[in-house]
Amino acid sequence: MLSSAQTPRLLRSPTTTTTTLKCFHSSPIPTSASTPPPPSQILTTRKSLLSRQTSAVDLAKSFLHRLRRHEPQLSSFLHVSPDETVLKQAEELDNKIKNNEEVGPLAGVLVGVKDNICTYDMPSTAGSRLLENYRPPFDATVVRKLRERGAIVVGKTNLDEFGMGSTTEGSAYQEGHRGAQLQLFLLDNAWWHWEVILVEVSGNRASFCGVVGLKPTYGRVSRYGLVAYASSLDVIGCFGSSVADAGILLHTVSGHDKFDATSSKREVPNYASQFVPIDYLESKPLKGLRVGVIRETFEDGVDSEVISTVRDAVSHLEELGCTVSEVSLPSYSLGLPAYYILASSESSSNLSRYDGVRYGNQVFGDELNSLYGDSRAQGFGSEVKMRILMGTYALSAGYYDAYYKRAQQVRTIIRNSFKDALDKNDILISPAAPSVAYKIGEKKNDPLAMYAGDIMTVNVNLAGLPALVLPCGFVEGGSAGLPVGFQMIGAAFDEEKLLKIGHIFEQTLQGYSFVPPLVADEWTC
Amino acid sequence: MALTLFRGLRSNCFRLYPSLYVARKHGVFYCSMTSAEGQTATQEKQQTQLKSSPRKESPKIEEVLKNYEAVIGIETHVQLATLTKAFCSCPYNYGAQPNTSICPICMGLPGALPVLNSKVIESAVKVGLALNCKLSLSSKFDRKQYFYPDLPKGYQISQFDIPIASDGYVDIDLPVEFGGGHRKFGITRVHMEEDAGKLLHTGNGNFSQEITILSYKIICSLLLVDLNRAGVPLLEIVSEPDMRTGVEAAEYAAELQRLVRYLGVSNGNMQEGSLRCDVNISVRPIGQLEFGTKVEIKNLNSFSSVGRAIDFEISRQVKLHSQGQADQIVQETRLWEEGAQKTVTMRKKEGLSDYRYFPEPDLPGVILSEEYINEIRESLPELPEMKRRRYEKLGLSMQDVLFLTNDINVAAFFDATIATGADVKLAANWIMGDIAAYMNNEKLSVNDIKLTPQELGELIASIKGGTISGKIGKEILLELMAKGGTVKGLIKEKDLVQAKMPSSRKVMVPKVKVKLPSILQMYLRLTTKRQIFRFGYVLKVGIGEVIPAFFQKIYLHSLNLAAN
Repeated sequence: MLSSAQTPRLLRSPTTTTTTLKCFHSSPIPTSASTPPPPSQILTTRKSLLSRQTSAVDLAKSFLHRLRRHEPQLSSFLHVSPDETVLKQAEELDNKIKNNEEVGPLAGVLVGVKDNICTYDMPSTAGSRLLENYRPPFDATVVRKLRERGAIVVGKTNLDEFGMGSTTEGSAYQEGHRGAQLQLFLLDNAWWHWEVILVEVSGNRASFCGVVGLKPTYGRVSRYGLVAYASSLDVIGCFGSSVADAGILLHTVSGHDKFDATSSKREVPNYASQFVPIDYLESKPLKGLRVGVIRETFEDGVDSEVISTVRDAVSHLEELGCTVSEVSLPSYSLGLPAYYILASSESSSNLSRYDGVRYGNQVFGDELNSLYGDSRAQGFGSEVKMRILMGTYALSAGYYDAYYKRAQQVRTIIRNSFKDALDKNDILISPAAPSVAYKIGEKKNDPLAMYAGDIMTVNVNLAGLPALVLPCGFVEGGSAGLPVGFQMIGAAFDEEKLLKIGHIFEQTLQGYSFVPPLVADEWTC
Repeated sequence: MALTLFRGLRSNCFRLYPSLYVARKHGVFYCSMTSAEGQTATQEKQQTQLKSSPRKESPKIEEVLKNYEAVIGIETHVQLATLTKAFCSCPYNYGAQPNTSICPICMGLPGALPVLNSKVIESAVKVGLALNCKLSLSSKFDRKQYFYPDLPKGYQISQFDIPIASDGYVDIDLPVEFGGGHRKFGITRVHMEEDAGKLLHTGNGNFSQEITILSYKIICSLLLVDLNRAGVPLLEIVSEPDMRTGVEAAEYAAELQRLVRYLGVSNGNMQEGSLRCDVNISVRPIGQLEFGTKVEIKNLNSFSSVGRAIDFEISRQVKLHSQGQADQIVQETRLWEEGAQKTVTMRKKEGLSDYRYFPEPDLPGVILSEEYINEIRESLPELPEMKRRRYEKLGLSMQDVLFLTNDINVAAFFDATIATGADVKLAANWIMGDIAAYMNNEKLSVNDIKLTPQELGELIASIKGGTISGKIGKEILLELMAKGGTVKGLIKEKDLVQAKMPSSRKVMVPKVKVKLPSILQMYLRLTTKRQIFRFGYVLKVGIGEVIPAFFQKIYLHSLNLAAN
């Protein structure tokens, strides 16, 4: 179950040692290729709970058991709720079901929340030493909504410090990665700038197979309680083992929040109505749908295996009835520098509150400036310091026009070019990343190369558009069997369409479910 | 660690345990102190009825300015009297226990986001309109970034390049005692921003004193932060450098105070810091076009200190100029020391700080519609300048006009009084005379006294109509102000009317004329003091002002008779 939490990372970041990967390849996993794609874990859980085939306590126990077993290798959680707490909530739920009381749509669903999302009952460190042991006095809006609808928050997942990075190598708490052979440090999805709520559905191995990531439109989900990195770009995304799960989760957490002035007042449609079982679909269920393939994302700098895998996925969409055409977004390559300037600028501001006065270890100096300087020097990690410096520079008098202002102009251009493309197409397609996941440490000393890995997603963030990432195959040989994700980009607030297409795609594309090595081990053992 | 203070605390815990006190060596942290309340809670009564008299006329300053000219601009911060803070739902009450009115948002906790209180916009639009500004239909908030322990987020939400209002002006009338005259001062801009917290220090046990200079050497080892004020909405009003003297500057500030009080957007109280003025001042030889070096003066807690500080600063700068030491005037911030009556250097090298402004991404842009603006425009009360011109047209002297318009409540009282038909000049005299004296003695505002404008109107009418004399009127007035009641009721209760009054003066006057001999006869028949009194009263009221000479004659005559 952990792995589903991690898998998004697998799509791009990953791993590591050949032994395991071999193991993954060699291990016969009979189910993974032939089993039908995972149905909604959330709905399945709900059904089995309500029909009393299983109890929430059993589900929770089995989840916790797995967690304890794998966590030492994975280091994916920074904090896990005590067993008693989780079991107590499960028990309360069981009692409700026993008494035929109403239970929420997420009843019994175990959810992991990224550690930069505030939780009332658990530390929320955002992966930074400066917030070590910090306990917020409130729940983030998304966490409140999840809880109100019956979900049980089991823990806080690891991330790069304040979400700055893609590999969790920048986390203040998991630096050594414990030397485990399976460095599935995959939890952080900052590469999409997603602040993730991870859904964890207990007790089903299918959840290990393939993970779906959904980044909603900026403003769809309240950011209240999300430790800010880059306010105009931060979006809380939903991850699940299926499109349906991601959609159900999104439905739960979406909507206007009076505590977030940037959250949209648009009505939230019922995404669940899009999830039609495959049996009810016609042979060309996506007939007439216009799909634009972004030319610039299939050019130099993108691994050829990634390109061919995503092209296969596009062909599959064509088989489903879509009309595919190529679109050009000439401003695409401008996205990366614009994104890093804006994100760094905003983060340099957002992180000024960690000044040693209230958070972190206060280093006393002769005068105030040295108190600030020394406390911050001690508290922040190197990546964060680098971005604060970049951002401060970009906002400084005399440089503002050349950097921040121009980046904003580029952002407008990008937003407009996306809008034009989406006026002519229902969705746009690109790979989710230019390569498969990196090995640990591979790019640690080459920040530019690391940032370049974000090329596919930063543009979408700058435009504030929704996107759905699905696993669509594997890269053979080379990086040895790592999953490839493809990205569908929709018009603003059109998550519904993405979910519909994703759901059909997922059900009809056979044999691409991904089983992470760790699970593969389990299967073979 | 300060962090531990927050561990496991819910936001309202600060309300529940206001006296939470954590000591930290050499540190800056948040706490609440019971000891501070007594001092900070002393709310000064608004002395609304008294027009501030900035200072004694200083011939010295005119002498000093013979060959030089001072150029003065003022930045004013007005604390808005909204029910809740600018970006969260915490109330703000001046003088509350430290850190009792705070929440995750105004404390700047990680994850908390600001949401704009729409009343702030409303107030800003009101002030913008009242200052004859152009309003930006589309403005935005920006972050002004600097580190300071009273700034919980490390940046202040403010407005930078697009203020909500700009290019306005304000009309003022200088006090008569300073020569009077009308002035028009330009307003550069009005923008919205949030206030910071307050630093309290333990230095000499004086917890409530705000520190403006921050150097650890001065502050010993412990600095405390009270965040009650953090996030309270402010309007910053920047004037053009149009003022030339301390009197003009003080009057400008006083006009802003009147304006915000008229509009009801702030209590404008300088002692509480609801109205703060920072003065920029430079001096140049007369005839020179370019400005001299600008010096900023802070810590001005009253209009009179604005005037005095400016005069001091002008003298200081002119002296340096005339001694050929103009280069010693440097761009700096100086502090007005009330005790020593002088300005001292606070920090130098102003203007070099880079606040790295950029648009606040957590707040959407501020969009104003024409309808919204018009709605507010129509709801605006009559403003001080309009009132002054109207009163002037009523025939009141400028001294009266300035007195009456100084306090919107007094003006409203006056307006309500004359609405009853009372004579304008008499109403003004009563208010400025007996009523103002009473309020002053009793330290009451016009709203605190029991007298209603209707009764004042009645009183004036009764005196004018002859029911009672002016002297009795004064007695009744005191009673009305202290205990309330009606003029008619009091007259009846105290049996102040004895003689049946002629229905009108016109009828009465010829009668008196005709009956002079019989009046004397009547008088001679009186035996008791009380009767004599009543008789004199009837004469005074009935004839009084109409035929003073005639009355005098009778009076003298009666005296003679009495003596005989």
